[in-house]
Amino acid sequence: MEFKNLKLSKKTTFVIWVLIIAFIIAAPSILPVFRLNLLGRYLSLAIVALGVDLIWGFTGLLSLGQGIFFALGGYCAAMYLQITSSSEFPNNIPEFFGLYGVDNLPFFWEPFRNPIFSLFAIWVIPALVAGILGFLVFRNRIKGVYFSILTQAALLVFFNFFNGQQKLINGTNGLKTDVTQLFGQMVGSESIQRMFFWFTALLVIAAWFFSKWVVKGRFGNILIGIRDDEPRVRFTGYNPVLFKTIIFSIAGGLAGISGALYTVQSGIVSPQFMTVPFSIEMVIWVAVGGRGTLLGAILGAVLINYAKSLVSEALPASWMFIQGGIFILVVTALPEGVLGWVQGEGPRNLLQKLGLKRKIETYPSLEIKNETEGLKNE
Amino acid sequence: MLLDSLFNGVAIGSVLLVAALGLAIVFGLMGVINLAHGELMMLGAYTTYVTQLIFKLPLLKPYYNAYVIVSIFFAFIVSGVVGILLEKTVIRKLYGSPLETLLATWGVSLILQQFVRSVPLAYGTGLVISLIIGLFLPSVFSSKIKESIKFKYVKFSSWIFAALAGVLSGNLISSSVSKLSRASARNVDVTAPAWMRGQVEILGTTFPKTRLMIIIITLISVIAITLFLNQSAWGMRIRAVTQNREMSDCLGISTEKVDVLTFGIGSGLAGVAGVAVSLLGSVGPNVGGNYIVGCFMVVVLGGVGNLLGTIFASFGIGIMTDLIGAGRLLSIWPDMPLPLSNTINFFATTSMARVMIFALIVIFLQFKPTGLFPQKGRMVES
Repeated sequence: MEFKNLKLSKKTTFVIWVLIIAFIIAAPSILPVFRLNLLGRYLSLAIVALGVDLIWGFTGLLSLGQGIFFALGGYCAAMYLQITSSSEFPNNIPEFFGLYGVDNLPFFWEPFRNPIFSLFAIWVIPALVAGILGFLVFRNRIKGVYFSILTQAALLVFFNFFNGQQKLINGTNGLKTDVTQLFGQMVGSESIQRMFFWFTALLVIAAWFFSKWVVKGRFGNILIGIRDDEPRVRFTGYNPVLFKTIIFSIAGGLAGISGALYTVQSGIVSPQFMTVPFSIEMVIWVAVGGRGTLLGAILGAVLINYAKSLVSEALPASWMFIQGGIFILVVTALPEGVLGWVQGEGPRNLLQKLGLKRKIETYPSLEIKNETEGLKNE
Repeated sequence: MLLDSLFNGVAIGSVLLVAALGLAIVFGLMGVINLAHGELMMLGAYTTYVTQLIFKLPLLKPYYNAYVIVSIFFAFIVSGVVGILLEKTVIRKLYGSPLETLLATWGVSLILQQFVRSVPLAYGTGLVISLIIGLFLPSVFSSKIKESIKFKYVKFSSWIFAALAGVLSGNLISSSVSKLSRASARNVDVTAPAWMRGQVEILGTTFPKTRLMIIIITLISVIAITLFLNQSAWGMRIRAVTQNREMSDCLGISTEKVDVLTFGIGSGLAGVAGVAVSLLGSVGPNVGGNYIVGCFMVVVLGGVGNLLGTIFASFGIGIMTDLIGAGRLLSIWPDMPLPLSNTINFFATTSMARVMIFALIVIFLQFKPTGLFPQKGRMVES
């Protein structure tokens, strides 16, 4: 897995940001409520994509289990909302417990009565789980594909657990949030949803600045070092386990925030958030946008999901084909993603193929490259 | 009692083993993570279904009882050919970068799933037939023709012939078996022939015959693949390329052919596993997804790159699943202390048993990160 570290030029970044912010500001007035809500959801998915980019694009850890942390964040938010609006139900506990004949609140629900605790739980719990899981795996120097397989197995463990426990967290039905109350209003109501949209947009930008800060400087350099040559980092005297654990739990925390925002905007959290396909999809958002470019993760998440909803509305059966095609195409033809392609020599090559731009013939590095390639071919 | 549990465990384990066998070969020998393995199994299961319906035609009705045996071969060929196509088009470009193969094969698996949903099975069969002809027809010609410049025309015309044959056979099947002429996303059922239904009594316990059949299929696959890898010339080449690709290349082994062959055999074994799976329950587009993670756990637990580990790991997981999932410890030791029995009851469902098994595997890997039978060597991991 070798690729050069992509640095978007200041100009490109600036232009893209201006476009994004202009779009976000304009969106509530031009989009119908339904579309706005969708956009809000996709923006919240961009946060989990940022996390995936941190661990995959920068550190080279391909996690197929980000769904765990996403769903944990979602459950934390949903539990808070359910329990604070359960006063009219028997025993003062959420309604679904009645269906399974549970009279006492399970102990771990209790702290979620407290809004401050819940606000922290949304990102601290996923980050902690990620940290523990990551530490156990990294400590044994399990990496590469083994790491991916183990995270996938962990995902299945959590899925089966949440799916099977009706009496604790309503099992496969999940927890609904859209009929619960927040600030005296229904969470599903338009004004609250509008508020969530702004909140999500702000948090995406905040998460971007945070990720940018994380990968800047020496910490970021070590992450990239781990990605490119882990034994060398270890021999230089750094402990990769520590760095990997930290970055994995940061990604987990981001996933948790993302899951909470997604839950309140889609109205339900269920074990479906922990299915295998969803977690792999997160990876492909980043791959499409461009690995190692934080902006690419955001763009990829929003664009792919928007395309998904548009295509599935028009031709429901074809999305799977298209998605499968995207997976194959991105891996074989566009390993640096769309942003990497734009930033690299992609557009020039395309124009060249169309005969619109002349080849540059006196560029020293290109010549050297061609020579070495020629040697390889012989 | 104990025998009962052991048998159930072996039955669960043998399904896992036959499913993981192909994966162990592809992953262990080639380092390719094939997430489409489950979908290749699904193709095998659908092949069984199609074979069954074809054997119900008046012409083949007298041989109906043999369709399971025939479908094993068909499934091997169908999945193998799809696997070869996959290797030739996608995976070949991605050797040496396992994470990328993982994503690409996931894409393939999505396409295959949607394919069986939205393409009538009859035409799917036709497509596979044309693939088989197109891929293999050119290799029947003598080497003299192969080396001539005009061989590409031979190749081209054989593909045209293959396409024709595919369309014709697809139409033939869809007109003769009406069930196969429409696309449907619904699950289908494979019914075992009469001689495989019912139960056998051995040593006072009853065994369902289908389970016995699966164990036999597994046994044969394991023996066949071991013999192939250890006794045949191509098996030796495969092992040589696994150990040292450059050196084998220098000694004149066509590594390209070895790659195709290895991947084809691994995929074919997935097809055989599909036959076994189709005997257990209904067959749907998602049937492969239920097994894929379990298979990977078997391979990781067993230690990559050796079949013995895979065998031990799958039977181990199978027996543990049965012990935990059916809560058998309770019936063996009825008056155990209450907190312990409560815990065991808590995990005594299929899904919770899975939770427990995966947790145990993760704990096990803490102590032996490279699995039960690790490959020995002194490499700094790359």
